[in-house]
Amino acid sequence: MGGSGLFSGLRNNVFAGFVVSLIALPLALGLAVASGFPMVAGIVTAVVGGVLVSIFGGSHVTITGPGYGLVVVLLSAVVVLGDGNMQTGYLYVLSAVIISGGLLLLFGYLRFGALSDFFPASAIQGMLSAIGVTLLMKQFYVMLGIMKPKGTILELLVNLPELFKSLALASSGELYAIGIGVISLCIMFFYSKITNRFFRLIPAPMWVVLLALCFDAYFTLFWGGNPINEKLLISLPNDMLTAIPKPDFSKWREPVFWGIVLSITLVSSVESLLSIKAVDKLDPEKRRSNINKDMRALGVATVVSGFLGGMNVGTVISRSSVNVNNQATNRSSNFFHAVFLLLFVIVFHNQLGKIPFTALAAILVYTGYKLTAPAIFVRMYQIGKEQLFVFLITLVSTLLTDLITGILIGTLTTFIVHVLLNKAFLLFSRNLLKPNVLMYKENETQNYYVGIIHFCTFLNLYKLKSKLDKIPQNERAVVDFSLCSFVDHTVQESLQNYEELFDRKGGALEIIGLDIHDTDSSHPFAVRTLRPIKKLRVFGGGRTKRQLQLDALAHEKGWVYKEATAAQKRVLRDHPVYQTTSVERVYNLIEGPNKQLSLFDINYSEGAFIAKENIQTTLLRVQLGREIPVFSFDRELLLEKLSHLAGIHDIDFPDYPEFSRDFYVQGNNPKKIRAFFDAKMVSFFSAYGFYHIMSNGRELIVRQFLRPATPAEAAAMIEFGIALKEKIDG
Amino acid sequence: MVGVAFSPNLQANVFEALRMSVFFHATLVMVHVGEKTSEKEAVLTKIIAGFEGHPHDIRVFWRAGNPVEVLLNACNSEQADLLILGAIKREGLLKYYLGSVARKITRNAPCDVLLLIKPSVNRVACATGVVNGLAHPKTEETIARAFYVLSNLGAQKLTIVEEIPEDSVAIKVDDDRSLRKSTIAKERIKLRENSRVQLLLNNIPDKVKETLEVIVQPIFGRRGYSIGHFARVRRADLLIMNAPNKLTIWDRLFPHDLEYILSDLPTDVLIVR
Repeated sequence: MGGSGLFSGLRNNVFAGFVVSLIALPLALGLAVASGFPMVAGIVTAVVGGVLVSIFGGSHVTITGPGYGLVVVLLSAVVVLGDGNMQTGYLYVLSAVIISGGLLLLFGYLRFGALSDFFPASAIQGMLSAIGVTLLMKQFYVMLGIMKPKGTILELLVNLPELFKSLALASSGELYAIGIGVISLCIMFFYSKITNRFFRLIPAPMWVVLLALCFDAYFTLFWGGNPINEKLLISLPNDMLTAIPKPDFSKWREPVFWGIVLSITLVSSVESLLSIKAVDKLDPEKRRSNINKDMRALGVATVVSGFLGGMNVGTVISRSSVNVNNQATNRSSNFFHAVFLLLFVIVFHNQLGKIPFTALAAILVYTGYKLTAPAIFVRMYQIGKEQLFVFLITLVSTLLTDLITGILIGTLTTFIVHVLLNKAFLLFSRNLLKPNVLMYKENETQNYYVGIIHFCTFLNLYKLKSKLDKIPQNERAVVDFSLCSFVDHTVQESLQNYEELFDRKGGALEIIGLDIHDTDSSHPFAVRTLRPIKKLRVFGGGRTKRQLQLDALAHEKGWVYKEATAAQKRVLRDHPVYQTTSVERVYNLIEGPNKQLSLFDINYSEGAFIAKENIQTTLLRVQLGREIPVFSFDRELLLEKLSHLAGIHDIDFPDYPEFSRDFYVQGNNPKKIRAFFDAKMVSFFSAYGFYHIMSNGRELIVRQFLRPATPAEAAAMIEFGIALKEKIDG
Repeated sequence: MVGVAFSPNLQANVFEALRMSVFFHATLVMVHVGEKTSEKEAVLTKIIAGFEGHPHDIRVFWRAGNPVEVLLNACNSEQADLLILGAIKREGLLKYYLGSVARKITRNAPCDVLLLIKPSVNRVACATGVVNGLAHPKTEETIARAFYVLSNLGAQKLTIVEEIPEDSVAIKVDDDRSLRKSTIAKERIKLRENSRVQLLLNNIPDKVKETLEVIVQPIFGRRGYSIGHFARVRRADLLIMNAPNKLTIWDRLFPHDLEYILSDLPTDVLIVR
């Protein structure tokens, strides 16, 4: 494992760790306060996480520490378990944190690394947005000087006008703090818009801290004291590194306690897993994280952190991406981030006490906003109305009840929506437990072929993923959905992920067989079903990725791409082999100049004969400038049906014994065919032996597989068609 | 031997059976479970008369009783070599499965069983076959039978599928290193399996081998399931399988091997006993 030993690439990693710790410091303090934990808990979490996960972890450039999602759960847990007494509540929650760490460790050993895959993507998004809304509302109040906002989210929302009214009554000590909070929020929002190089040397959260410190320095120097109200400034206890709280396990008999343990575990693992996956896509060395090993490390770190009075240790995306951006190469940067954090707290102990809560709250308001931004709603709507519906149901039910109930309601809603969309409960109930994925390495092409039947949704995505995970990502994989009746949004989003991973490692993952599925939206991730949604409106819906690629392919060549054509249905009529077929549909047509060359997908059924099912394949049609004999050219004799027609048999080429042996050339006029296959033709056709070619005298039909071609294969077919036409027409 | 019920498929079923008997120069025994009436007899005679080939010998049995018992007894008493059964098409979907009677017969038949998903009045050319290449004592005979049947039916291509259980590779894929290891391990198993099948193939007379193009395809996946899915993807015309060892009630509750195929027939299936 070149370059990933703990202490190689030291300089880069020390620097990256330093920059990350600048962000982690204000975040650790702010998240701890927002969780109802003592301030030092955030630091403990980040330090323990950084040290332990960098030693035991399975990912490479992630940063660990207190997570955003947990804030909301932990705060309500402290309130509920403590019956209003924050200090005793804190001790109870510590025991929940320790148990949840144990659960994470267990999940890691049981290889539950894909926990988040068992929930629909829209429901997870809804849950995260609910967390965002809560964070946004509560911290907005804190930012405006109300330290402990009470009531549900709805009440907080309704009381907003009163909050603004109360600003008028605020004392000057409070107003200064509020001012710093509002300016901090502006910094957070506009940071990404400012491109000044020097301004961007320091991360936004650190600017917020610097702002607060400058403010303090200015007033202390010139006015003799900080005007901000004492109770709005953070206070770090002097014995913070020695006084370790004792977790209180006495609530373990109560169901509420276990509900909290589950919520903490769920949120912390989902947030970590999403982050690990996201960071894998950023890793410049393109490594794959060992998710289960990382889970185990997070579990151990959480247990230790809990005993030391800290929160759950999770993998955090924003700090990790800063880490990657600063050229971190391995886990040691996480370690250094912990060391610097500890140094800061010890060295700048007094200065940190000058930061007002409002500034930290501003950072969290911004994060809450990011989790629930209007763009997320718009994207959900674009993917499909039903996704927006699931998303909103989960969002609202999470806000009204709790996290676990919310996500369960979201999951159930998704399932009901799927059943209603397909008008088929049996499709799901009958096939849920059956295996539905086939994966093998095609002997002919060395591609990995992955076929899926029945249906593919969040319910059985794990089966597909377990196969996909076993394909080396520098190889080519073809995922075929043509036998699969229904594919949902969660699956498509997950496949998109795989496509990127394969792409990054020099392989390719291509999806075929989705183009004829019906859909209700124009987004590539929309659910797709073979059953009619309202009426059969196969085309005009959203294009799949393959269709977009075919369009691009046509564009590149200056050809025309059409999704559907009515006139082309008779395309096979003049070919003897295809005369007994009934063409159901011709689609994804790419046409060359003068329509002499065309490539299209076709669905046809062949009586009750050779194939007892409908066939979906891609054909290339080449119209010729001159008359040639009627023949079929084939390596495997798949077009053997011709032999049923009178007077047609395999033709020998005495001059080309190898060609004669390797290929079947059939036709009813051996003389003309032998004349046609001269030395040039023989060498040309031998080179492209993997195609099945049919001539009816005036045009050729070329086929490769009995499945639709991937865009890459389609491009190769077109190149072949051009060469073939040139060769024959001269 | 073929079970005959007076359904809309009757003509197609009878024709398929007659065709088989012509291909294999065999005696055809038709069994009808139910009363013998002159009407039914007339219909059957008329259908047989409509067949163009020249079957070797045809006998018709008329017996009343439990269809499962009647057919199984007939198989035993006639010392049948092959039993032909038709599958049922699920409403509106391109899915075929075996009815409960046919399933019971399949499990308990003393001879080979051929399950047809789409009997046809006209000749159906059988072009490609898929046969299992499991590491199992019966496999050698099954493959030999596959060659015999397919070459008699005039097929061109035979794919031997080795289903290798996923857990034969002990390495769990977690990251790049374990993936690399498991890929290497899989390649090694593939080579081993291929050479095992090659040994089996050596026992097949060259004359038979010449008529067919043989491909060996190893698949890592669930036994019994993967081969069915593969046959469907490759649009095989005939799938040839070992008969399973004795089945217990557990096998039906937790389907495996043959049960996957019986509940969702990918194509015509021949079960070799």
